[in-house]
Amino acid sequence: MSLLEIRNLHVKAAGHEILKGIDLKVDAGEVHAIMGPNGSGKSTLAQVLARREIYEVTEGQVLFEGKDLLAMKPEEAACEGLFMAFQYPLEIPGIGNAYFMRSALNAVRKYRGIPEMNALEFVPLFREKLKLLEMDEKLSNRSVNEGFSGGEKKRNEILQMAVLEPRLSILDETDSGLDIDALRIVAKGVNAMRSPERAMILVTHYQRLLNYVIPDFVHVLVDGRIVRSGGPALALELEETGYATDEPDAMPA
Amino acid sequence: MITSPQQLTNYLEAFSDFEKSATGHNLPWLRKLRRDAFARFCETGFPTTHDEDWRFTNVSRLAQTPFQLVRTGHELSRSQVEPYRIAGAACQLVFMNGRFSSELSSMPNHANELEISGLADKIASNPKPLERYLGSYLDIGRDAFCALNTAFTEDGAYIHIARGVVINGPICLLYISTGTDTPIVSYPRNLVVAEEGSQVSIVEDYVSLGGGETFCNAVTELVVGENAVLSHYRIEREQKQACHISTLRIQQARSANVASHSVLLGGSLVRNNVHAVLAGEGSECLINGLFAGNGRQHLDNYMLVEHKSPHSNSRQFYNGILDGQAHGVFHGRIIVHKDAQKTDAKQTNRNLLLSDDAQMDTKPQLEIYADDVKCTHGATIGQIEQDALFYLRARGIDEISARRLLLLAFASECLDRMSNDSVRTHVATLTNAALYDAALPSSVSAQPGHEQAALRWNEVG
Repeated sequence: MSLLEIRNLHVKAAGHEILKGIDLKVDAGEVHAIMGPNGSGKSTLAQVLARREIYEVTEGQVLFEGKDLLAMKPEEAACEGLFMAFQYPLEIPGIGNAYFMRSALNAVRKYRGIPEMNALEFVPLFREKLKLLEMDEKLSNRSVNEGFSGGEKKRNEILQMAVLEPRLSILDETDSGLDIDALRIVAKGVNAMRSPERAMILVTHYQRLLNYVIPDFVHVLVDGRIVRSGGPALALELEETGYATDEPDAMPA
Repeated sequence: MITSPQQLTNYLEAFSDFEKSATGHNLPWLRKLRRDAFARFCETGFPTTHDEDWRFTNVSRLAQTPFQLVRTGHELSRSQVEPYRIAGAACQLVFMNGRFSSELSSMPNHANELEISGLADKIASNPKPLERYLGSYLDIGRDAFCALNTAFTEDGAYIHIARGVVINGPICLLYISTGTDTPIVSYPRNLVVAEEGSQVSIVEDYVSLGGGETFCNAVTELVVGENAVLSHYRIEREQKQACHISTLRIQQARSANVASHSVLLGGSLVRNNVHAVLAGEGSECLINGLFAGNGRQHLDNYMLVEHKSPHSNSRQFYNGILDGQAHGVFHGRIIVHKDAQKTDAKQTNRNLLLSDDAQMDTKPQLEIYADDVKCTHGATIGQIEQDALFYLRARGIDEISARRLLLLAFASECLDRMSNDSVRTHVATLTNAALYDAALPSSVSAQPGHEQAALRWNEVG
């Protein structure tokens, strides 16, 4: 059984069809990259998988460890082990970063029938993950993402991933807007999470991240469909040629 | 004018009864204070919604109810008062329907530095120090409720902090309304004089025992001396039939630093007036508040900050959370008088509406007569942010818990400004309990595109 299986997924938002039949299988241990031009539906796919409710699934099926993902609420999907790193992480004034992460971790643990962690037990775990992401401990008592730089917000997403240890992580353009140092740190965090039990989907606009996190598969998403799939070499090829040959109007009729 | 001749007659009878026997009736200055105030009330009657200051709050229900003045204390045991104690308090004065109860109170041990007593006891024993301050800063001409309170002034708290004295631990004033079959009114009157360089925190905590129609019309005058630091907390958590109108009048001397914190959680018709006058140069005032209503609660906050001297600084922050059919009001008025150059005044009112039937009226009003000042105001009315809710849920936190976290975070913006730890903890516990049910999503209709419909407006002037 695949960890994630997407079958013929069609999705509408505000009356427009954005995803027009996606098929994708992700097995444990694999890293998939989904690349494509702006507006191709990459972020929509990530958000639908994270169960954002503003999208309307008109056709198709998604199985997460054999369970119907599309019937789950966002919190259920998260507790089942699915994680999405947000393209634009939100600022949540008034909720401390460490408190938020402990609440999230305990929600997941409670769902799985594991005893919750008190603050004392959580602190060493949290420190270790902060260190991995080379983040200042001061950020742990600040409100979630409030006043964080762009790079700190993205690292904070990976920090959450490291704390929650999901089975499937979807990184929605986590590399966009990062300088090379931040990119290296994010990649380190991502690579530390790679394991035979886990899988990842890297949604990205640029090939650069894939120099640091080598994917097993690369898919090209154009106009709501996966038009090409291949190995890591495909990403390099796209870097050279761009998506032009994949654009619908460039394709033979 | 919504005050009928019959209603005035009722008040007139009550006043002539009261005046003859009230503590201090033989003191000419006090008699004059009461009489002038009553005459003023007779001239104006109760305000109506045609009155600009009362546009959003209809008090006709109050005007029409024949409230009885209760002047004898109700019997209560100390164990009944115990749950209302605030940990770490320097002392606690207990008032039953506006009357000071020495049996239920625990008094402080700082005899020379800090004088605390019931106001009626002070009038009876040594009224001289009162004459200078009582009613001298309150504007009874503009507010009928202040006039009524002054006419019926008899008991409340009298607090005098001597020069340079620092009181650790808050002074707690507990006002208990006990309902009866007949509607009752109380007029607590508090006077706090903080001398030069002193420092103190004062908590007014309004609670109910039992139901019934009660009306509490309270006035507190804070006279804050040069370089003194004073924090005042008002907690309104009476039962859902209680009417509560209170006025906090703050008079600040040079470099005085005052914080006023209001937390309105209970009551049916509540009006919270805060009137600060920054009379001395370099004085500073923080006016911070949180109000949370549901059902048919009406919570009105009327702020008036007057800058009268140069280099004074005021900050107003009020956050409102309204559920059910609750109606909130924030009226923030700032007057910068012509000599108050280099004034820095800021006002922010943020509101969350949790149901389709909740209502919020917010109105800034700036009057600036000086030419070198900085004044800003801004207001927002919105709903729980759907993006933030999704963010929390995407991390595994269920919807109700996520809503609760966001509401508490919104409230904590106000709580975090409260500098006294024991009071903040006390208020946080009350707020958590009050907001617990507000997180249940049933009150918001789930229509598609709901989050786009969220009303959000901003103005900065």
